[in-house]
Amino acid sequence: MADDLTKLTIAEARSGLQSGAFSSVELTDAHIAAGEANRALNVYVTETPEIARNAAKTADDRRTDGRVAGAMDGIPIAMKDLFCTEGVQTTASSHILEGFKPTYESTVGGNLKAAGAVMLGKSNMDEFAMGSATITSYFGDTINPWQAASGPDAGKDLVPGGSSGGSAAAVAARIALGATGTDTGGSIRQPASFTGIVGMKPTYGRCSRWGIVAFASSLDQAGPMTRTVRDSAIMLGAMAGHDPKDSTSAPVETPDFESAVGESIKGLRVGIPEEYTAEGMPDEITRLWEQGAAWLKDQGAEIVDVTLPHTKYALPTYYIVAPAEASANLARYDGVRYGFRAHGETLDEMYMNTRGEGFGTEVQRRVLIGAYVLSAGYYDAYYVKAQKVRSRIAEDFRKAFEDVDVLLTPTAPSPAFAIGAEMSPVEMYLNDVFTVPASLAGLPGISVPAGLSASGLPLGLQMIAKPFDELTLFRAAAALEEAAGFELPAFDPRGA
Amino acid sequence: MSSTGSSYLIQGETGDWEVVIGLEVHAQISSKSKLFSGASAEYGGGPNEHVSIVDAAMPGMLPVINDYCVEQAVRTGLGLKAHINHYSVFERKNYFYADLPQGYQISQYAHPVVGEGTVILDMPDGTTRPIGIERLHMEQDAGKSMHDQDPKRSFIDLNRAGVALMEIVSKPDMRSPEEAGIYVRKLRSILRYLGTCDGNMEQGSMRADVNVSVRKAGEDLRTRCEIKNVNSVRFVMQAIETEARRQVEVWESGGEVQQETRLFDPNKGETRSMRSKEFAHDYRYFPDPDLLPLVLSHEYVDAIAADLPELPDEKKERFMTEYGLSAYDAGVLVVDRDTADYYERVARGGDPKKGRDAKQAANWVISNLFGALNAAGKSINDSPVSADQLGQLLDLIADDTISGRIAKDVFEEMVATSKDPGDIVEEKGLKQITDTGAIEAAVDQVIADNPDQVADVKGGNEKAIGWFVGQVMKATQGKANPGVVNKLLRDKLVG
Amino acid sequence: MALDADTVRKIAFLARIRVDDDRLEPLAKELDGILGWIEQLGEVDTDGVEPMTSVADLTLPRRADAVTDGNDPEKVLANAPDPVEAFYTVPKVVE
Ligand SMILES: [Mg+2]
Ligand SMILES: [Zn+2]
Repeated sequence: MADDLTKLTIAEARSGLQSGAFSSVELTDAHIAAGEANRALNVYVTETPEIARNAAKTADDRRTDGRVAGAMDGIPIAMKDLFCTEGVQTTASSHILEGFKPTYESTVGGNLKAAGAVMLGKSNMDEFAMGSATITSYFGDTINPWQAASGPDAGKDLVPGGSSGGSAAAVAARIALGATGTDTGGSIRQPASFTGIVGMKPTYGRCSRWGIVAFASSLDQAGPMTRTVRDSAIMLGAMAGHDPKDSTSAPVETPDFESAVGESIKGLRVGIPEEYTAEGMPDEITRLWEQGAAWLKDQGAEIVDVTLPHTKYALPTYYIVAPAEASANLARYDGVRYGFRAHGETLDEMYMNTRGEGFGTEVQRRVLIGAYVLSAGYYDAYYVKAQKVRSRIAEDFRKAFEDVDVLLTPTAPSPAFAIGAEMSPVEMYLNDVFTVPASLAGLPGISVPAGLSASGLPLGLQMIAKPFDELTLFRAAAALEEAAGFELPAFDPRGA
Repeated sequence: MSSTGSSYLIQGETGDWEVVIGLEVHAQISSKSKLFSGASAEYGGGPNEHVSIVDAAMPGMLPVINDYCVEQAVRTGLGLKAHINHYSVFERKNYFYADLPQGYQISQYAHPVVGEGTVILDMPDGTTRPIGIERLHMEQDAGKSMHDQDPKRSFIDLNRAGVALMEIVSKPDMRSPEEAGIYVRKLRSILRYLGTCDGNMEQGSMRADVNVSVRKAGEDLRTRCEIKNVNSVRFVMQAIETEARRQVEVWESGGEVQQETRLFDPNKGETRSMRSKEFAHDYRYFPDPDLLPLVLSHEYVDAIAADLPELPDEKKERFMTEYGLSAYDAGVLVVDRDTADYYERVARGGDPKKGRDAKQAANWVISNLFGALNAAGKSINDSPVSADQLGQLLDLIADDTISGRIAKDVFEEMVATSKDPGDIVEEKGLKQITDTGAIEAAVDQVIADNPDQVADVKGGNEKAIGWFVGQVMKATQGKANPGVVNKLLRDKLVG
Repeated sequence: MALDADTVRKIAFLARIRVDDDRLEPLAKELDGILGWIEQLGEVDTDGVEPMTSVADLTLPRRADAVTDGNDPEKVLANAPDPVEAFYTVPKVVE
């Protein structure tokens, strides 16, 4: 029974709770147990079983009183450790925030609570969301429940992708029915592709950024990570909404996203951007991409070749804009008001020791790049130039969307790779080559598990839509999911 | 007329040096809450009491701008006759300091909300001198560090952190400490008229960064130094004097003035370098991605322009034309809005038709009332003599009820007791004698008692009549109407 | 724009991050590699292109001027490493 409960989707769990087939406490306990049985995956920085059980109990009591809080009432989820949670340690997987207990709840976290969601724990991630493998966390690597059946990585522990790797692994390993992620350059979509789940990044401004530890303010967006497109639509509905506390939050209505799931895509115009190929990208990914287009065509969609000429410049643009913003966003971690403080005789010594010991290598690397590209003499050559190229990239999309409704691309240029694989920073950055462009343009994107690599690892396809056109995105993604018929296997527990 | 500027020069061994001064004044916008957070912007409060989690730069906190502060910045820009930029941008000024929680100050850099404008200085000689305004931008104030509470630690209070400031940057148009002093006072006067800043320098709601350089006549600008956070008009003037002399010495001793930030120490009467703040300065400004550009419609700006109050310069013009006051008197009366209102009430008795002698009114306010207020250390708002009462006193002089001399005694009594002048005149029986019979008796008596002086006058020394007037006034305790006395004496002595 | 160890030292101080001397050289190489890769942006013609300010095409929302927050020192000091009474503290600063 407990085992079965973890196999449900959010939609199925919702009806089970409605019909009284099981209680939220039972559902929650089953997932707490699954988490304990899979400790070796290291999906959590902080587990919150008591909080979860209490919330579940409250949800059950509410239901017996004939009341339901919202779409996620009694549904156990994981919360990326980038979301500030009132009274619960929030670290962004960084030593510098170790022990920090916010006195406030992020707006998205508050919305989920209000919708009745049950928080199981704070999921692991790349430090300050800087990474594509969840191997830069101060609290250890997260392991992908998937293993390669063949090939060089067979039998090795694989990365879950990143930065939302803990959330991705938790959902794939059925430790949580869903999880929150944040996506700055692909941090929801790429790990979703690596773990065979659905990862969705909404339009910039759809979800409030208030109370989410900032990485790159002009790019950060929270989104749902789930096992189905329908679950994604349900969960986004509970997360989204205008927030006056975030000046970049869009004053738009939150539509019934779920209503789009299952609707016909007949006549939908699907763009295939010719530039979405990376050198050394395995043919199997290209073939899956073509297969995906065929599946949509079979359901009545029109496949249209489009061009996004500045695609190859998106990644280098991102690696100026994001570090520049991060270098300022992370200046507040100075050992004065919260978090870790190292000793120093003078103020500057204290700052330098605190930030030298408190930040990991990748974070330091990006903060330094950010400070450099903003510094006197380089600002125009790097930062201003990058923001101009960014305008061009956004313009590419605007033109393409005059002709098509959605775009179909691969999510990542490779399947999950082994932990400890030798990679230069730039090689690691290339993981996000297909996800970064939509981030720079603020567009909604979703990764849907569509097939397996020859080595037996999941591969995702990405769909991108116009600003605030998530309804079309979910409609198309659901059609793709339907055709792909991807099966998430049952994984053997990975106990400590 | 516009003067060419005061001829303030520093005599050095190598000749005369001109001083070039530009000011950056930080003026706190009088708002209830902070620029980007809902915490109180009120002065004081217990340590870290007026602090929100946004001001403390907690993780994930975001700024939302205060509408009222934007409006006040635009009002001020209009009051400075400046160009309002309909598109302006908030940027992050990045540097680390204990009182700067975010690690950056949200300010405006490439695109300030207000562009070029002018402030007119009213010089003591009655001339005026225009000083250019370079720009006005909005920014956050920093918190406060206290260094003397503890041997090993500095204490941080963030109550001021995030309070809304307007940084008003002048062009380097000033040439003497005096001009700088007049500029700060005039700016404060304009801000107070507009109600956008209380101008209270003691509480730090107005602070000046002073840029000073020196040069020989006709030279291009030499290296300047910035003296930070000078918090009184007097200190601004002293700091300039001191710094200018220091720079002259450096140049004349064959040295180079280094561009740097300096601190003025009023006790030691010297400026000293703040190298600590200088080292490796690079603010790395860039647009704050948490905020969008500030776009102001023409309707918005026009609406604010429509309800600007009459400002000192216009008031001064009007006082000169409408009341025939001298530039100097008008200038003095308009410095403070309440004083100007008080004066107008005296001059017009609150009733436009019933005009009083406006010049006489100005003299009474400037010499007598100001004198009394200074002596009592009181402001115009708690003056013991109301504008209406002073007006009544002028009326008593005008209708010959009392003489100007008696009026001065009555005024002293008014200051002491706040009584109406009419009552005082009644009680003390100070009514002027206009009954010719009574005065003639006194005149005849004085003539009878002083035959020698009479001879003197008849002998052609008409000036001596003045002496007789004095005698008659004495005999009548000053109550006789001086005009009548004069006439009678002339009839009787000169014939 | 080759990035050398000395530049890294300067930047590291700007960012207040302690970098040990023996790390300067390798870090410089690493960052220079990344920047070299970034410089391909030079290929893009951006004449007459406005730099992006925000992807959200909104105008800046403004809030009313009211005191709605603060007056809770305990809340803002709750996580402070070394508070004294209601003050944050830092190593003594000598001005
Ligand atoms: Mg300044
Ligand atoms: Zn300033």
